[in-house]
Amino acid sequence: MENTFELSVTVNGTSYQKVIDPRTLLSDFLRNDLELTGTHVGCEHGVCGACTIILNGDPVRSCLLFAPQVHGQEIITVEGLGTVDDMHPLQEAFREAHALQCGFCTPGFLTTLVPWLEENPNPTEEEIREAVSGNLCRCTGYQHIIDAVKLAAEKMN
Amino acid sequence: MKPAPFKYYAPQSVPEVLDLLNEYGYDAKVLAGGQSLVPMMNFRLVQPAVIVDINKIPELSYIEPHDKGVRLGAMVRHSQAEKDPLIKEHAPLIHETMPQIATVQIRNRGTIGGSLAHADSSAELVVVTTALDAKFKIQNQKGERLVPAAEFFVGLLTTSMESEDLLVEVQIPPMPAHSGWSLKEVARRPHDFALMGVAVILTLNKKDRCTEARMVYLSAGDGPISAPEAAKLLIGNEITPELITAAAEKAAADEIDPGSDIHATAEFRRHLANVLTRRALEEALQRAKGGN
Ligand SMILES: Cc1cc2nc3c(=O)[nH]c(=O)nc-3n(C[C@H](O)[C@H](O)[C@H](O)COP(=O)(O)OP(=O)(O)OC[C@H]3O[C@@H](n4cnc5c(N)ncnc54)[C@H](O)[C@@H]3O)c2cc1C
Ligand code: FES
Ligand code: FES
Repeated sequence: MENTFELSVTVNGTSYQKVIDPRTLLSDFLRNDLELTGTHVGCEHGVCGACTIILNGDPVRSCLLFAPQVHGQEIITVEGLGTVDDMHPLQEAFREAHALQCGFCTPGFLTTLVPWLEENPNPTEEEIREAVSGNLCRCTGYQHIIDAVKLAAEKMN
Repeated sequence: MKPAPFKYYAPQSVPEVLDLLNEYGYDAKVLAGGQSLVPMMNFRLVQPAVIVDINKIPELSYIEPHDKGVRLGAMVRHSQAEKDPLIKEHAPLIHETMPQIATVQIRNRGTIGGSLAHADSSAELVVVTTALDAKFKIQNQKGERLVPAAEFFVGLLTTSMESEDLLVEVQIPPMPAHSGWSLKEVARRPHDFALMGVAVILTLNKKDRCTEARMVYLSAGDGPISAPEAAKLLIGNEITPELITAAAEKAAADEIDPGSDIHATAEFRRHLANVLTRRALEEALQRAKGGN
């Protein structure tokens, strides 16, 4: 490749250096180059929210960023929220409240809600509905997701 | 759904951006928040040979008082504007508009300058800055100019900027005393692009007569669509429920030009315009009279 970019980025606390084609979408970089396949790709035009990641503390769509744009920055993906043995309270709440069925949408909900719960520790149901309005779920009907967020807020307080 | 190859530049200052735009002309695209450009590139609706990423330029993200109003650097993100106390105080219509634009993940990246430069006729900021008579500061290698909203938006996804131009600042003037404002819209789901919407600003004199009225519609034609004839029904009069009904009907029937698509027919959009204009005028009137 003559047209390349030397990318250095911190993902879930680990720093990576990779040579990439500048047109690589961040979602593809995470999945293909770093093999972090927890970030899902649904629509690739910003509508579904499955690809949401946390960039410098804020949830954003990774399908609408070119990988070179995150050069020198810090990313947290769903893999960085917790482990199987040590889950984030929101992940525990998702399990307990049955907030997922197929699970395709779940990483996007989690990466949207973890920073949000830090800023909104005592949310109302209406606020929770607004907070998840940028993430589509085709299975649950959302009700159990709302329940899980309430449960997580209780756990975290 | 992958973008075509491009050369990537991430300049650190405005002069460097202007040099690149001058060099590459229509082959280059400015990349701001990327929330409109990247979807279009993913679909290969556009295939720029050169991307000029302006996210690395810190000096374009300011919000400052200006002539009793505010001015915003082009790279102010939607989420930054949404939370800003100066905007809340000096540009309440902008403050009220921000949460209605897209969802939080999009607002964390999307920029004021990008939304305006993109000039989508269903973008809230396009109609709101038109209603507010905002001014746009544009730079290129040769110099700088200040363009009023009415001359900035010139048609379908089109502004009066040329390929070598960079939008650097938006100036929002204050509303006159005794003014009220409102933005009403209907979308299929909250935060989707709206099927129809209207921004209203009303100004009254001390005797509660209307001295100025502006109604600007989104998703109602190729750009922001104003309704000057409907406004004429209001100006000079005390605003009554009957006048509000008449103005809403006039605007919806005669002044807007909405299209039909899979989401809504033109007829339904006119119906929405009528109802939303009534609600927006009522709210603006209340606020102009001092009731919040
Ligand atoms: C799912 C989804 C829903 C959305 N819903 C809404 C909505 O309801 N309402 C709404 O208003 N918007 C909505 N948007 C669009 C969003 O607000 C975008 O942020 C905005 O339209 C473009 O801003 P940007 O900074 O992302 O610009 P970009 O996508 O980076 O750029 C857009 C265009 O403007 C040009 N440009 C950008 N900055 C400059 C500059 N400073 N000078 C010259 N040219 C420039 C670019 O070259 C490009 O052609 C939505 C987007 C998505 C993906
Ligand atoms: S894949 Fe990014 S929003 Fe759908
Ligand atoms: S659990 Fe299947 S899409 Fe949400």
